[in-house]
Amino acid sequence: MTEAEVWEALKEVMDPEIPTVSVVDMGMVNRVILSEETVEVEMLPTFIGCPALDLIREKVEQRLAKNGTARAVQVTFIFDPPWTSDRITDQGKQRLKQFGIASPEESAAQSPPCPYCEQSGAEVINLFGPTACRAIYYCKRCRQPFEGMKKV
Amino acid sequence: MKAEQDTRVRDEQKFGTALKYWLTCLADDELTLGHRDSEWLGLCPDIEGDVAFSSIAQDEVGHAVFYFDLLHELGEKDPDRLAFRREENKRFNAIVLERPNGDWAYSILRHFFYDLFDDLRLKAMENSSYAPLKQGTQKIRREEYYHLLHMKTWFSRLGSAGGQAKQQLELALKKIWPDLGDLFDFGPYEKELLEFGIISLSSSEIQRLWEEQVREALYGIGLNWPGEIPSFARSGRRGEHSSDLPPLLAALCEVYQLDPEARW
Repeated sequence: MTEAEVWEALKEVMDPEIPTVSVVDMGMVNRVILSEETVEVEMLPTFIGCPALDLIREKVEQRLAKNGTARAVQVTFIFDPPWTSDRITDQGKQRLKQFGIASPEESAAQSPPCPYCEQSGAEVINLFGPTACRAIYYCKRCRQPFEGMKKV
Repeated sequence: MKAEQDTRVRDEQKFGTALKYWLTCLADDELTLGHRDSEWLGLCPDIEGDVAFSSIAQDEVGHAVFYFDLLHELGEKDPDRLAFRREENKRFNAIVLERPNGDWAYSILRHFFYDLFDDLRLKAMENSSYAPLKQGTQKIRREEYYHLLHMKTWFSRLGSAGGQAKQQLELALKKIWPDLGDLFDFGPYEKELLEFGIISLSSSEIQRLWEEQVREALYGIGLNWPGEIPSFARSGRRGEHSSDLPPLLAALCEVYQLDPEARW
């Protein structure tokens, strides 16, 4: 397995909560380090308390094991650099939008545009949402609630 | 030569002791408050409040696990055992955090006060000499930003609503104030914490900065400064707790205690 192959495989590991976005698109993969004995994947947790982290680790290990390697697969969560919402790739933002989740604006104080009708000026329903990383908004034009990735 | 080595070994031991003590304080504050936050589930004034408190609780407990993981790396027991199998006098959370939730005003005010304090404490570790702490607290502070914003918003709402809301806030302030003393106690190793650069501000500096912010916040909603925080008779930071901690621990540890050897 080459480093490139590992990255390709990681693009197939989807976020457990948002099945259209991969962990690579979420900006969660920092480095892939290959040695003779191990394949190490350095990952950045989106939120420290995210209960999906163990599941993500398992999914990464399972996916890389499928490639068939004699080397031990190791997933390590690190905090430097800290995961920030601007690590989400452009493709990630597209896929999030398709799922009905807006990406954060420049400033945490600004509501993102509605992922359904693009209207700005959405109302903040809650800074907190169904997961650690998401807030809840309401679009006054198309009258739908939508979620937004929190800016961290 | 030997004298130098001895000094270095002693220094390393002192560093380790101070660091582990400090990590325990950080973890216990977050675990205790996280547990109290989780007790609001189903009881908040509105559903969005429920979602907020649950999410905040999840963050807090996640932060506690982070600090417990650091302790485990330093040779202490695993996070589950640290959380669920420690005697009261080995827990170092501040007393104000173990108090029951009371009413909405009490919970909001207590959390607001704690979040202001924690923000100062986290910022004072941004250049910590212990790298994992320096990195982790950077991340944690980004998450806590939303907690503080939420509590400040509710604090302002209750204060500017006047009437009963403001009255309850005033009562809460009276109740909380005498409990705040040990929040700012950095425990028996403060000298080492500062000397070794684990944290860059002293407890009195942090208290001073906190008081400045609280003075302003209270003034903003027309509440009087309650005066100097009374000095503490006992300190949670030294394992001296109130009668509110045992029932909290009984609830926190209940499921684990059913079968401590179970693998979940």
